[in-house]
Amino acid sequence: MVLNIPILKLQDCLIVSIQSELDDPTAMQFQTDLLQKLSEVKARGVVIDLSCIEFIDSFIARILGDIIRMTSLMGAKVTITGIQPSIAITLVELGIYLKDVITALDLEGGLTKLQKALGGRKI
Amino acid sequence: MSESFVEILTEWDIVEARQLGRNEAKRIGFGAVDQARITTAISELARNIYLYADKGRILIETIDMSGTKGIKIVAQDEGPGIEDIRLVMQDGYSTSQGLGAGLPGVRRLMDEFDIQTTVNEGTIVRIIKWLR
Repeated sequence: MVLNIPILKLQDCLIVSIQSELDDPTAMQFQTDLLQKLSEVKARGVVIDLSCIEFIDSFIARILGDIIRMTSLMGAKVTITGIQPSIAITLVELGIYLKDVITALDLEGGLTKLQKALGGRKI
Repeated sequence: MSESFVEILTEWDIVEARQLGRNEAKRIGFGAVDQARITTAISELARNIYLYADKGRILIETIDMSGTKGIKIVAQDEGPGIEDIRLVMQDGYSTSQGLGAGLPGVRRLMDEFDIQTTVNEGTIVRIIKWLR
């Protein structure tokens, strides 16, 4: 069953907390849902929090990378927050690098960095 | 020693195989980082089967060598096999443009890595992580 990941709007940003392990169909559905929502609410930034996620494989990493590039094509910026040590280690060992993405340790840090990247406007 | 396996036929079986692997790794006593390494390696091997061989199986086994415990994973399929094994073991090589980080990544995540492949007959990958 494909899980529905809630996408919240805060001012001109979207906030997503991924709470359960992502399977392939759920990740692909999330990609479409997020871009749809981005276009609907004309958001300028997206924060994706992964602090509850304990593992990411190359497929999920590729989807995240795609989301970052697609979002950028639509004129918005993505911040990824809460990457656990185990994920940072396995991704680098696998040889996967997420390029051109703002990252922060937690949601708060992510929002602050995003705010700066969007030109200092308050989120 | 316990042993269990998952048949890989659909995308959902990839999830089942890695959950089984993670539970087994946890039970053996692996820490969070090694659990992630093992789960990720299983996910990559199961996805390779799903993408290139249509079907196969992932066998997960608890092993013990003179008191050192470990987890052994065998990924087996009767798919097309790999023609140029040296090429696929090169870093950064992937036939599906980044779908799957490929076998070099799996080798880095684990302690032992062994592959046997015959064109038109299939591929067997054996990986081991030891509990330190």
